[in-house]
Amino acid sequence: MNVIEATGLGKRYGSTWALRECSLAIPPGHVVALVGPNGAGKTTLLNLAVGLTAPSAGTVTVLGDARAGSPAARDGIAFVAQDAPLHQNLSVADMLHLTRNLNLHFDQGYAEARLAELAIPLNRKSGKLSGGQQAQLALTLALSRRPQLLVLDEPMSSLDPLARHDFMATVMAAVADDGVSVVLSSHALAELERVADYLVILSNGSVQVAGEVDDLLACHRVFSGPDDEANRYAEHLDVVHALHSKAQTHLLIRTDGSTNPVPPGWKARQISLEELALAYLREPDAASLPGPSRARQLEPTEVAR
Amino acid sequence: MAWVTWRQQRLTVAGLVTVLGAVSLYLLFIGQQARSLNGVAGHSLTLTAALFQVIPALIGAFVGAPVLAKELETGTFRYTWTQGFGRARWTVATLAPLAVAVTVLAGAVGFLFSWCYSPLIGGHYGSNLLDGNTFDLHGVTFAAWTLTAFSIGVLAGILIRRVIPAMLATMVAWSGLAVVTGVFLRPHYEAPLVSSKPTLPSTDWVMSQWWTRGGKPVSSSAIDQVLQKAGATVNGGSVTQSPGSALGNMSPTQYLLHHGFTQFQSYQPASRFWPFQWIEGGWLFALSLLLMGTAVWLVHRRAT
Repeated sequence: MNVIEATGLGKRYGSTWALRECSLAIPPGHVVALVGPNGAGKTTLLNLAVGLTAPSAGTVTVLGDARAGSPAARDGIAFVAQDAPLHQNLSVADMLHLTRNLNLHFDQGYAEARLAELAIPLNRKSGKLSGGQQAQLALTLALSRRPQLLVLDEPMSSLDPLARHDFMATVMAAVADDGVSVVLSSHALAELERVADYLVILSNGSVQVAGEVDDLLACHRVFSGPDDEANRYAEHLDVVHALHSKAQTHLLIRTDGSTNPVPPGWKARQISLEELALAYLREPDAASLPGPSRARQLEPTEVAR
Repeated sequence: MAWVTWRQQRLTVAGLVTVLGAVSLYLLFIGQQARSLNGVAGHSLTLTAALFQVIPALIGAFVGAPVLAKELETGTFRYTWTQGFGRARWTVATLAPLAVAVTVLAGAVGFLFSWCYSPLIGGHYGSNLLDGNTFDLHGVTFAAWTLTAFSIGVLAGILIRRVIPAMLATMVAWSGLAVVTGVFLRPHYEAPLVSSKPTLPSTDWVMSQWWTRGGKPVSSSAIDQVLQKAGATVNGGSVTQSPGSALGNMSPTQYLLHHGFTQFQSYQPASRFWPFQWIEGGWLFALSLLLMGTAVWLVHRRAT
């Protein structure tokens, strides 16, 4: 059962494709980071998955084989949109009441306990809460529905570092306690590194990288060595991205296992998730995908100058 | 769900009740006056009647237009439309109580207006009820026009997705519909009657008149010539009779009748007032349901 499965998914606004030929299968039980430059189609993909938007091409199913936006899908998925939209003129208690009335499952006890922990007063208007409190309220409402999948679109973009930390702590507690699957889009690469165990990189409306973080890190290495030898070696290696500094070249390579021998005089090291994501974001033509699509996508990548 | 709608819309509903309550109090006052002073208050009522015309447009703009436009403008649709309840159901659950409230309150005001106006009917002030600027203020039609304005607002909200432009569009569209209805549709709800009686009750709605002689129609220029021969001065539509002319003491109409001309008038009799009310109320009600149905359908399949 995949929590989100897209096949040839596309969404067109006017004559522009916001998302195109997107095929993706996200297994359950992960915290999935959806990364990509602005306009890469992250929000579009999430809106399609939660049923806010209808696809222009292809299909998207969620929680096994539920059609996105179908009653079963709505019951199992909780969505917090960017900037956590709440009814500003309703009090926190009213928002709880509203959400309870709009859903089959609602854990009032959990919601009240969480809000008490966060010191968010029930009688305050949603619009009068701070940005961090609004985000926490929206997240609490979503988690109180006891969803199988929690979808967060840029949940931390307007939060200060402390609020970000608290927000992700709430998410990770739910992951630990209930085993909820999480898909979140974000620009905050450093923060994703702490929480995400599955990475999806979108670029120009299609999937560039998808896979478990451990697998991705295991099959990528950075080779550092003298500049003048770089081109010679690069021909034999699967280079994602090359960074030239003073007399040194750092090649981010895909190793396909760990059999690539380190050339004499070169050094190899592991990379971080942030480095990996940045390298792929800099090289929109490179791709790392699981399954059959990988062979097709693995064309020789150019060494960046 | 009614509780939820109430919590969300209570300010709107409070405003609605306040405005319509004030109008009702005013109508009660005028109605009492009209009864005790034998119709003297008719003047002020005819004046304020014109102001009442804007009430449905305002209700459409302030109650109808924001319902969906505000959710779309503030982004809260991303919250409400992704809850288990479902967006089409949510929209119906929000619209239905508001539509009922708007219709019932406007209907109450409309019937109060009819009560207030009834002493004036047939007097010098009311002239006729079918024509003019009060037909759509009475009982059935006032409720129907208000519901129509609300529905136009709802649909404009989902189409335009912004509150202020949707409010403006609602007022423009509603006013256009009201004018077109008054000028082009209302005269044709039933085929007008034709009478050759020289005078009709002032409560009937005269739509056109023409002359015949010996069963053949006579053009208005021919009539003018006849009158000019008789010594009257015809200037545009008005006839002035010079003293000592062949017209004598007769009015031009009497003169023509005397000389073998027959005047025909097509008119809607005052007795058709309530049938016309129900006809107009009926199709407006159907139109409102169609508009709201379209809005719900757009919410259901809207691709954002």
